[in-house]
Amino acid sequence: MAADRIVGIDLGTTNSLVAFMQGETPVVIPGEDGSNLVPSVVALDENNQIIVGNTARKYLIETPERAIYSVKRLMGRGVEDIQEELKLFPFRMADDLDAGEVLRIKLGDKDFTPSEISAFVLRQLKRNAERYFGEPVNKAVITVPAYFNDAQRQATKDAGRIAGLEVLRLVNEPTAASLAYGLDKKQNGVVAVYDLGGGTFDISILKLHDGIFEVIATNGDTHLGGDDIDNLLLTIALDDILGDLKIDLRRNAEAIQALRKAVIDAKIQLSGRPTVVLDLELPGGKRYEREITRPQYEQLIKPILDRTVGPCKQALKDAGLKPGEIDEVVAVGGSTRIPIVRALIQEMFERPPHTDLNPDEVVALGAAVQANILGGGSEATKDMLLLDVTPLSLGIEVAGGVTDKIILRNSTIPASAVQHYTTQVDGQANVAIHVLQGERELAKDCRSLARFDLKGIPPMTAGMPRIEVKFLIDANGILQVTAREQRSGTEAQIEVQPSYGLTDEQVENMILESFDSAEEDFRQRQIIEARNEAETIQTALEKGKKSPTWGLLSNDERKQITKLEKSLTEVKGGEDYQAVRKAIDALNQATTRLAELMMDSAVATALKGKTMDQADMGEGPEAPHPVAKAEFE
Amino acid sequence: MTLEIIKTPAETEHACWSCGDMRAAQFCGACGKVQPPVPVDYFSFFGLPRKLNVDVKALEKEFYVLSRKLHPDVYAQAGEKEQHWSEEQSSRLNDAYRTLKDSIKRTEYLLKLEGVELEEQSKAATEQARASGVQKKQVVPPALLEEVFELNMQLEEMRMGKKMGERDERLVKDLENHKQKLEKDFEALTDELKTYWREWDKLTEESSDPEQREQVRDKMVDLLNRRNYYRNLVRDVNQALEN
Repeated sequence: MAADRIVGIDLGTTNSLVAFMQGETPVVIPGEDGSNLVPSVVALDENNQIIVGNTARKYLIETPERAIYSVKRLMGRGVEDIQEELKLFPFRMADDLDAGEVLRIKLGDKDFTPSEISAFVLRQLKRNAERYFGEPVNKAVITVPAYFNDAQRQATKDAGRIAGLEVLRLVNEPTAASLAYGLDKKQNGVVAVYDLGGGTFDISILKLHDGIFEVIATNGDTHLGGDDIDNLLLTIALDDILGDLKIDLRRNAEAIQALRKAVIDAKIQLSGRPTVVLDLELPGGKRYEREITRPQYEQLIKPILDRTVGPCKQALKDAGLKPGEIDEVVAVGGSTRIPIVRALIQEMFERPPHTDLNPDEVVALGAAVQANILGGGSEATKDMLLLDVTPLSLGIEVAGGVTDKIILRNSTIPASAVQHYTTQVDGQANVAIHVLQGERELAKDCRSLARFDLKGIPPMTAGMPRIEVKFLIDANGILQVTAREQRSGTEAQIEVQPSYGLTDEQVENMILESFDSAEEDFRQRQIIEARNEAETIQTALEKGKKSPTWGLLSNDERKQITKLEKSLTEVKGGEDYQAVRKAIDALNQATTRLAELMMDSAVATALKGKTMDQADMGEGPEAPHPVAKAEFE
Repeated sequence: MTLEIIKTPAETEHACWSCGDMRAAQFCGACGKVQPPVPVDYFSFFGLPRKLNVDVKALEKEFYVLSRKLHPDVYAQAGEKEQHWSEEQSSRLNDAYRTLKDSIKRTEYLLKLEGVELEEQSKAATEQARASGVQKKQVVPPALLEEVFELNMQLEEMRMGKKMGERDERLVKDLENHKQKLEKDFEALTDELKTYWREWDKLTEESSDPEQREQVRDKMVDLLNRRNYYRNLVRDVNQALEN
């Protein structure tokens, strides 16, 4: 088989997409329903089967306790930092969660980590791509918000592994968008990407230089997006209903989901219309009706949108640029469809934003471009190189609970820092290191990444050992740590306790545990392989039919073959791989004599001094037998 | 987060692991393949002499050229070994570029190579010193003693007022004047530092006597320490004026 196909995936809060480079253009791969967007919704159906995407959406309203959306908000977080989200989202946490433990969310009577839920979405995208290509897809580039921290990135990478994907690179969403835009506009200059999606906000400022995309500053908020607008409108509607109609729906999950759907529809319509009417039948037969005008709506959401201003200013400051020095601004993410958002961008950067590419798709398209670059590149991408940065400073806790920053935010990645450690008392064998991420001075205000224990330091006088610890942030924005004791030559051992996140072992277990889906994946793979084999046989048969040998068969033989080929074509379109196999075998049998005759004629021709190639029997060595098995890994 | 422990230090090889030709520091000149990193300082990494005036445009150009050769994206399809080296080399490249493109960071780095430890001015160092009871190496420039004393009084007053929810406009104005003066002095120190860069570079070219070099070096250390002190003062005033 040719080089492995690498797809680009945008794993979004609201919608997810998979794309690839078709020749020199990135294109989105549609799902079976023909839609480019796969809603990031996961549900359990009546038979306890996992359902993903559009078909899962109806469960949000019918059986909300068996459906999950916006799980991206929970990636890489602990139970203590999601209390705010829990007030606004109907996430149902497992009952036995301890502080510091990786979150688990209830779905029906099972529970899953956010990485596993995301893996269901990824697996669906993987299937869509496999259906499209007719071959397995095992490698991907996945995008993440630029402002994602180490734990959030690691959780995304884990999700990829659980879904059976080798994640070649995590790419920051705004940077991916700039790649998609930069493809046909090979120009130099400074570009700002304003990315307001379903649940996250990013601002990135890049310098474009002959195909090099150098990020110079990035900032954002990983809990700010269209979701917040929905929640605000939902809260207002719930209060309205309680006040005017005296109906308290706040505990009614089904009604809340129906109302949520209604306010989202209203939000979308308000981007194109001056006014919209919410009209909804409530449980008990009463109706809720309310008109919302564009100015009212804009006034309501202004405080949410204003939260994007601070990060933009900080990014400009970090880049050492004034708004006037930005050459182009690009608007990305579904929420930038809102007219007042575009006005805000124009006001901040003193120019209207580019919106030529579909804001829902541009990140996935960029991921496909990066996938192509990693796969060795093509004519369109051959000079392109992405130099991204780490969004947050990396620090070490020092005496007094203070953070000592060792890699500053906006450093180009990979980036590294070396720290030297020693002992405080004679014979001390362990040194503890606490790694932090964030901009605050005090360790308690930063994000704890992990605690390390350097162990097995040989007994020496205090201050004698010299342990070199190297911190490296890789091209995915994920931290790697290595250590060695320099004086004695002994290795320092490190024990790591990630503050949030899964251990390798846990991820491995999850891969094993997803047996149901493994079976589904197996089935999927079987059907793809069977279809390919059928294709090969049919191609060979077409050639055979055109050869003089075809005329040597009896009428009945020819009829039988044509009949069997027709039935193979019929089952090939379905999902039953065993039926396809059976049809292939039957056709195999029926064409044995045809194959023999062709072989004879080839040998006879060869004896007459002709080569196999010249004999009219297809592709020569590649298809010496019309029923040759397809080569498939 | 992933973690690994290095077993043995990488040996410094002079021949390319792939084609056996003589290798450059980062990649083989003959076959272009990435090489295991050799411990070199940032100036050597870019093939630059240890001088303080650097053509930043040329440095950027070289950074882009080397990025195209060393970045992990280029090695995504290569073996594990090459991927690892490219990660190491590319992080080294980024660290070196980040340090050398900024004139102050560049000066501090060069002084460190010359064996000088600068006064630690960071808050972290202050806290650490306080916790361990060791006197922090931070000396108030004598000329500033009186001024700093007065400024600290005002800053304290400002903070107290803030706690009470008051804002003394006269005090704000005083502090703003103070800040302007500090910023002016800061600029003057930076300009003075620049003159020593030229001097240092000249001495480096002439391979002059070590004593002269040490004099220039010490002068720069003094200027940098004072400059950092001013920078921190301006930062403190800004903090007090904000919020």
